[in-house]
Amino acid sequence: MSAAAQTVPAGTAPVPRNLVLPVLVVATSIGAIGCGFVDLAPNRLASGQPMMLWDAAGIGFTATLSACGAMLLAIECAAPRRWLAYLAAAIAGFALVIVLAAAGHSATILATGAPPAARVSLGAGFWIVLGCAALALIDALQRAEAGAATQFVAAALAATGFIALVETGMFDALSLAREFAARRDVFAAALARHIVLVAAAVGPAVPIGVLLGLTALRRKRFEAPLFGVLNLLQTVPSIALFGLLIAPLSALAKAVPGLAALGIGGVGPAPAVIALVLYALLPVARNTLTGIGDVSPAAIDAARGMGMTPGQVFWQVEVRLALPVLIAGLRIVTVQAIGLAVVAALIGAGGLGTFVFDGIGQYATDLVLLGALPAILLALAADFLLRLLAAALSRRYAP
Amino acid sequence: MIDISRVSKTYDGRAVVDDLSLEVPQAAFCVLLGPSGCGKSTTLRMINRLVDFDSGAIRVGGEDVLSMPPEMLRRRIGYVIQSTGLFPHWRVADNIATVPRLLGWPRERVEARVTELLALLRLDPKAYRNKFPHQLSGGEQQRVGVARALAANPDVLLMDEPFAAVDPITRDALQGEIARIHRETGKTILFVTHDIEEALRLATVIAILDKGKLAQLGTPLDIVENPKSDFVRDFVGAQGIGLKLLSVRKVAERMRAGENAEGEPIAEDATLAEALGQMTARHCDRLAVANDAGQVIGTIALADLVR
Repeated sequence: MSAAAQTVPAGTAPVPRNLVLPVLVVATSIGAIGCGFVDLAPNRLASGQPMMLWDAAGIGFTATLSACGAMLLAIECAAPRRWLAYLAAAIAGFALVIVLAAAGHSATILATGAPPAARVSLGAGFWIVLGCAALALIDALQRAEAGAATQFVAAALAATGFIALVETGMFDALSLAREFAARRDVFAAALARHIVLVAAAVGPAVPIGVLLGLTALRRKRFEAPLFGVLNLLQTVPSIALFGLLIAPLSALAKAVPGLAALGIGGVGPAPAVIALVLYALLPVARNTLTGIGDVSPAAIDAARGMGMTPGQVFWQVEVRLALPVLIAGLRIVTVQAIGLAVVAALIGAGGLGTFVFDGIGQYATDLVLLGALPAILLALAADFLLRLLAAALSRRYAP
Repeated sequence: MIDISRVSKTYDGRAVVDDLSLEVPQAAFCVLLGPSGCGKSTTLRMINRLVDFDSGAIRVGGEDVLSMPPEMLRRRIGYVIQSTGLFPHWRVADNIATVPRLLGWPRERVEARVTELLALLRLDPKAYRNKFPHQLSGGEQQRVGVARALAANPDVLLMDEPFAAVDPITRDALQGEIARIHRETGKTILFVTHDIEEALRLATVIAILDKGKLAQLGTPLDIVENPKSDFVRDFVGAQGIGLKLLSVRKVAERMRAGENAEGEPIAEDATLAEALGQMTARHCDRLAVANDAGQVIGTIALADLVR
């Protein structure tokens, strides 16, 4: 595509080198024009009246966002330059902040004239514009070939910027913030419980999964039955698995005195953690099998021939060379466990899922979001950090 | 230096090495030669116990290889394999330092040894020590492989088809290097190959293996001139026998001392094949012969080659 752009003779209309940004800008325009930016409802349970971006946030925000879109299109038509990609990233990041500010501003203005029970929720238009701005930022950073350090700094800047915006109170009038304010005391505990559930599942799943993968690798006849069982486990729906564990665990808690005192029973965190461990085994074992199995046999032969002990061969050669693949497995199970732990709230395990199921029960969408959004952000953060780690480990010697 | 005595190895009831005895004297360059599946690689790998043998005994430097833990044995024996087996996540210097570090050498000594070995293998220490293996050409990788094998200054070097995977020009250069290193260091080298030309060029003694048994043991000249069996005759190559003879005999054996001739002289330790090549290329039938110091000490004529 870039080669084609370079052959365009001087004087003809500029041609975009890449369709990603134009598509995002067009999608943003359609989203902003066709869908309500925020919804105004008489109370938290009723469905709202959509409000357009320019009506809700005013002409200033609308014009700023349009200018950002126009600048991104202009950059896309210019000659490819690394600093231009960074400029595009900065503009996309700025647009991201402006979208958030526009939402906060709309809510503040709409709430001042409305009765106390009225709620301002985020509309489809907001989500479309926000999503497109985020994608444009990621695309620009990729185009700039930003290294792991730059990506980390960009993510840290975005996170601190968002927290700073929240601290100013500019979102306080939004329905989502009011749901949060009403549950401020339990939110931190639910978030902490969610992280503990995930850690308690991933922690044991990694050594068990690695051992299973190694067993399949060293004793070929175990491979087919082992992965047959793990694959089967993966196909059991999560709600069913949580439910299936209730009966045996309550029986166990009844039979063995003292277990109940430790918090082990048919409902609660124990069955949730067990189910999450079972789901995590397949990706860990699979990546161990392929990761260690793909280590060059010549390197292992040489390591043994040089006089490394079996332990040294394993840790210094096999594990070290398989590490990017092993970390990819860890990434998959961490993200998966963060998502599945939401469902675990159904059997009383607690965590962010509590808000989701309360919200569904009360028909309050913003309460569902209060549970879902932090879970999504948590998964994105875990995915991002483990991706950076794997990239940093493989970059230096990858052919 | 290496004493293999009545050793056998069976895989699934099939004898891969069959009652093999072979003695490699100190400072010898012994080439194990034979077709694929003749047991030459297995024999090599039994010496550093990467393969366990079923019966018999192997001694290295007078010590039974079974008398010590295999790791300790392997750290005393250099090992080079065809695909180099360099550790892709370690820099060149770390790769070479593998065995010295396993042996717990102090850091300064390891550093000095790495520099010394890179120089020995004609790789500029400054330019190469911090590179990763994937940044090197195939020939450079194998030089590092040889340097790594020599790192802890072992008396014995085992080489398993080390130059089979590189292009002919690189192979020729690497063969020259290993011959020079053998001359300079006096290591005992056991070298596995299926390439008869390589064997004739490098070996002081050739052991030809057939179905796990020793078919013939002798100097390159011996093997070419007096093959003991049809197998050896066929393997050495009955058709090209004349040219092979030229490539195992040296100019010094046929030279007319004291005479002189025009043109660039040929070295007295060059092979007759090289002399024939020079004559063909230069359209002449007589070459001057020079010694190591470059002084002309005689001549060699076309007729001398076939005498």
